[in-house]
Amino acid sequence: MDIASWLVSTVSRALAFGVPLLWGTLGEIYAERAGVVNLGVEGMMILGAFTAFAVTQSTGQPGFGLLCAAAIGGIAALVHAFMTVTLRANQYVSGLALSMFGLGLAGLLGRGWEGKPLGNPLPTLTIPGLSKIPVLGAMLFQDQTILTYLGIFLAFLLWLLLFRTRWGVAIRSVGENPGTADALGINVTLVRYLCVVFGGVLAGVGGGYLSVAYRPSWTEGMTAGMGWIVIALTIFASWDPLQAIWGAFFFGALYHLSYRLQTYLSPELLKLMPYLFAIVVLAASGFGTARHRRRAPGALGVPYVRGER
Amino acid sequence: MKRIGPFVLERKLHPSRATVFGISVLSVVVALLVAAPVFAGYGVSPWKAYEAIGRGIFGSWPSFSEVLRRAIPLILCGVGLTLAFRAQFWNIGAEGQLLAGAVAATGVALFLPVPDGLKLPLMFLFGFLAGAIWGLIPALLRVKLGVNDVISTLMLNYVMAYIVEWLVHGPWKGPTMRGFAYTDAFPLSARLSYLPATRVHWLTLVLGVVLAFIVAFVLARTKLGYEIRVVGQNPDAARYAGISFTAVLSLVMIISGGLAGLAGVGEVAGIHWRLRSPSHISMNYGYTAIIVAWLARGSPVAAIFTALLFGLIFAAGDYMKTVLGLPFQITGVFNGLILFFLIGFDLLMFWRVRFAQKEKVWTSQAGS
Repeated sequence: MDIASWLVSTVSRALAFGVPLLWGTLGEIYAERAGVVNLGVEGMMILGAFTAFAVTQSTGQPGFGLLCAAAIGGIAALVHAFMTVTLRANQYVSGLALSMFGLGLAGLLGRGWEGKPLGNPLPTLTIPGLSKIPVLGAMLFQDQTILTYLGIFLAFLLWLLLFRTRWGVAIRSVGENPGTADALGINVTLVRYLCVVFGGVLAGVGGGYLSVAYRPSWTEGMTAGMGWIVIALTIFASWDPLQAIWGAFFFGALYHLSYRLQTYLSPELLKLMPYLFAIVVLAASGFGTARHRRRAPGALGVPYVRGER
Repeated sequence: MKRIGPFVLERKLHPSRATVFGISVLSVVVALLVAAPVFAGYGVSPWKAYEAIGRGIFGSWPSFSEVLRRAIPLILCGVGLTLAFRAQFWNIGAEGQLLAGAVAATGVALFLPVPDGLKLPLMFLFGFLAGAIWGLIPALLRVKLGVNDVISTLMLNYVMAYIVEWLVHGPWKGPTMRGFAYTDAFPLSARLSYLPATRVHWLTLVLGVVLAFIVAFVLARTKLGYEIRVVGQNPDAARYAGISFTAVLSLVMIISGGLAGLAGVGEVAGIHWRLRSPSHISMNYGYTAIIVAWLARGSPVAAIFTALLFGLIFAAGDYMKTVLGLPFQITGVFNGLILFFLIGFDLLMFWRVRFAQKEKVWTSQAGS
């Protein structure tokens, strides 16, 4: 294979692998911007993956499968929101519980579905016109599903919402200083619930993408730690939806290369690459001034009780 | 105080031990109730299932000993995690630290030419060191570079799991183990002995219990323990008092990771006698230990007992798989549910409900 076609297929696959990371990260950014860490992404993604697969296999409708995955992700996140916002439980522990529960439940329910290929996966698109551009066309405008473009579009939309609208100000102020937001008449509880559930919806779609589009099949634990990478990406992207785009595709490339380079290096060592890189990237951003710019929302992880400091 | 109908909610700052214990038991019981439909889904009556499990496990010493065997790694990892959580260091990495210990022990058992009598002591020593190093990395990353501890410890789990995969598929693959991704079996001098008629490698068990008491002593009675508690409860005060975060968190994670490393030594030297696929060695012990430590409310000695509880849940999972034909994933669902209810009921612990007295009808506003 010559260099050009190698590069084309690598970029194209990196883009495809980055999609679940992008959706998950966009959701987590919104939850954390409102002040709630959700470590349950891995659990929500795997539940989404299983739901999308089971529904698509039963109904033949991948779109409906993804919709159900979104709903399940949202419901799972609702549990987390209830735990952390209403009951003011520890956000880290509640998220971990959600991940354990999700992985267990998806594994339990998915036993009968294991190993069967999906008859009717999400179709890939060929964009008319654009796909004819030499090199770039094959890289970016062929063999992608609608979720690739929808994800990027969503990133821009969510950036606008967060930084250019009153709603965005409300979300950010709830995450920065809920006491002040409350005094200004913003319903802190409602905003937090909405953002956490929205995050779960996106994580559910991200998981569903894995089982109905990227690798149309169901295997237990098929999210393989992507949910945790999402948490790292959220920090790496400085809680900014636009930065999440290239972060997600960078890690998509790493995941893809860990399969691609197996002819040169042992597959086990390659597979640890994305996880090692997640640490390296976060460590590198700890040097110098970058750390200052990357400041987390002020009230991240802190439950809000009116009248308490 | 908050009034709801005829009741008043009052804030309690220091719940009694009995309340804490009662609520912990309650959360486990409610989790078991909520999980009951899962059995029904598999066509097994939940009550019959619980009864069968109870009878199966408590019926004979060999089957009950499985609870002890499963509790051993949970005690070691759990005690280490109580220490880390007391310092507010989120060590989610016991799984990887356990595997690091297993790798080091395997290296000593198979490749280090030492007299037979020194094999096991050196395996425990190097296992502790390997776990400690794997735990120290995230501590230094957090103190020096501000890397989030949840992420770094989690990622290192995956890194270590793939290192183990690589070792058993590649350089350490046993020449006598054709086709299987195993190392060669350990020599007899590198295997731990069992209590009669069981698979309880008692040396590791004793080690875990003794270390639990030592860690409890360190926490309660030494300067280091005091500093750990201050760092965890009030980081600002710790900073003003000139406590070195680098020193305290490094030591905490050396101990926490080291204990998980010892658990890994126990698993390879006591159960498997070889290194093999990481999921067979760590078995989610490292993640379950998080619940063990949380249920123990940061007390290392209490972690012995909560580890026994989860040893029971693991043993019940094995029993359900072999006897009732239920999938082992049930234990994962159980564990998640228990953790959910545990933190959900936390609120109950700090609030007391009682009837409102007539004279103070409207005492509004929460506050503390």
